[in-house]
Amino acid sequence: MSFLDDFIIRAALAGIGVALAAAPLGCFVVWRKMAYFGDATAHASILGVALALAFDVSIFGGVMATALLMAGSITLLSGRGYAMDTLLGVMAHSALALGLVAVSFLHGVRVDLMAYLFGDILAVSRIDIAVVWLGACLVLVLLWWRWSSLLTATLNPELARASGILPQREQLILTLSLAVVVAVAIKVVGVLLIAAMLLIPAATARPFANTPERMALLATLIGVMSVLGGLYLSFGLDTPTGPTIVSCGTGLFVGVSVLRLLPFWPRR
Amino acid sequence: MRLVTITNATIRHSGAPVLRNIDFHINKGEIVTVLGPNGSGKSTLLRTIIGALGLSGGAIEKAPDLRIGYVPQKLHIDPTLPLTVRRFLSLPRRVDDAEAHSALAEAGVPGLYDRQMTGLSGGQTQRVLLARALLSRPDLLILDEATQGLDQQGSASFYQKIEEVRTELGCAILMVSHELHVVMAASDRVICLNGHVCCEGAPAQVASAPEYRALFGTDTQGTLALYRHEHDHSHDCVQDHSSDGQSSA
Repeated sequence: MSFLDDFIIRAALAGIGVALAAAPLGCFVVWRKMAYFGDATAHASILGVALALAFDVSIFGGVMATALLMAGSITLLSGRGYAMDTLLGVMAHSALALGLVAVSFLHGVRVDLMAYLFGDILAVSRIDIAVVWLGACLVLVLLWWRWSSLLTATLNPELARASGILPQREQLILTLSLAVVVAVAIKVVGVLLIAAMLLIPAATARPFANTPERMALLATLIGVMSVLGGLYLSFGLDTPTGPTIVSCGTGLFVGVSVLRLLPFWPRR
Repeated sequence: MRLVTITNATIRHSGAPVLRNIDFHINKGEIVTVLGPNGSGKSTLLRTIIGALGLSGGAIEKAPDLRIGYVPQKLHIDPTLPLTVRRFLSLPRRVDDAEAHSALAEAGVPGLYDRQMTGLSGGQTQRVLLARALLSRPDLLILDEATQGLDQQGSASFYQKIEEVRTELGCAILMVSHELHVVMAASDRVICLNGHVCCEGAPAQVASAPEYRALFGTDTQGTLALYRHEHDHSHDCVQDHSSDGQSSA
């Protein structure tokens, strides 16, 4: 008997792993107005799940492949007369629809679609936890390593170029990180709610921060609090865990937004 | 010593060539100004030199280890990004507090250290951008219409600062400007651009070139007169008293 035998402990570990990577990455998603891109990557990953099941490869591999394929096609198609949000909308929902159709062709395998759409954090195995933490560490190392360049490129691509930074490379690093986070978060919150794990902690942290680093740290803390709070509540109220985690984050966001309306709140 | 040399370059922007047959160079310590109407490719030329755009013909050669300081036209910072002036100065290269303080003082805005970037006025932002550009100890400082949106006094004192910076650091300065009187007074060399290099040379030479007159029309007569008034001391020509005192920048 180890403490990992307890499914609640396993769920908490997996959730915290996702929050650690998703929250700081989510700050960049917010700063660069990539919210829809995150959403599109997440939705497209259901096609990745279908392909992975069909060709009997790991879910992680299938999701990474579709996420990168989508990012690649968007890069190719953008600047050819379509606005970015149109392209992302087309890609996101086409990939989601194609994924759902593709899953229905899989006669041999029994697929619990709901588990992929909304996550199934209470069923994570030790292997799942290992994959989540490996992915999270990879993303954190990438962000740590490129932090200054990523920030400069986010601020202004020309300033970055003049300092010898390639904005396209930094964009690629964020795209890769996003694909990794989506791939590891599917099990925890599902494809429909991953964007919430990226955006809500960052948005909640913003009013408390005066530097990008503080915003990222606070967002991480808020992400972890949402995971633990959501697990606790879903256990007590017998509600689906993924959506409860997201609702918990939403509660924090609403609370902060209301607090900010109070007259003694410092303006930033 | 040549810092940047461009030979017979064609530069495209989303497919269409914006600049053709461009020959350009800038030497150590030189102030060069690029003039031209809207859409003439001024910013394109600058963005090519900082490396943001590639050539589709010709060649660009930069001095080895050339350090470029760049001050963009304006800096839009998304309000979701919290950023103090102090933190901004450390992007991408970390600088210590003393360096940050002295750079802000040098740029003429010593009090902004702890302020949020999104709360600064246009003039303050340009000064902070200048401070950041100076922190990289540039060999070449590039300013893309850096005084756009500043009032006359603000831009005059900004250019005065640039002149001081050149004297102190000895860096070359390449700028785009619409303020002809400033350009004529402060530049060593002027380049007139309109899809290609129309004319170039010392300010006085360029001002009398027919290509320049064709581009800038009769509007420049006052500027021209002012320029001559200051530098040739010929008092016969029309004086523009309304601009007197501004041109010292």
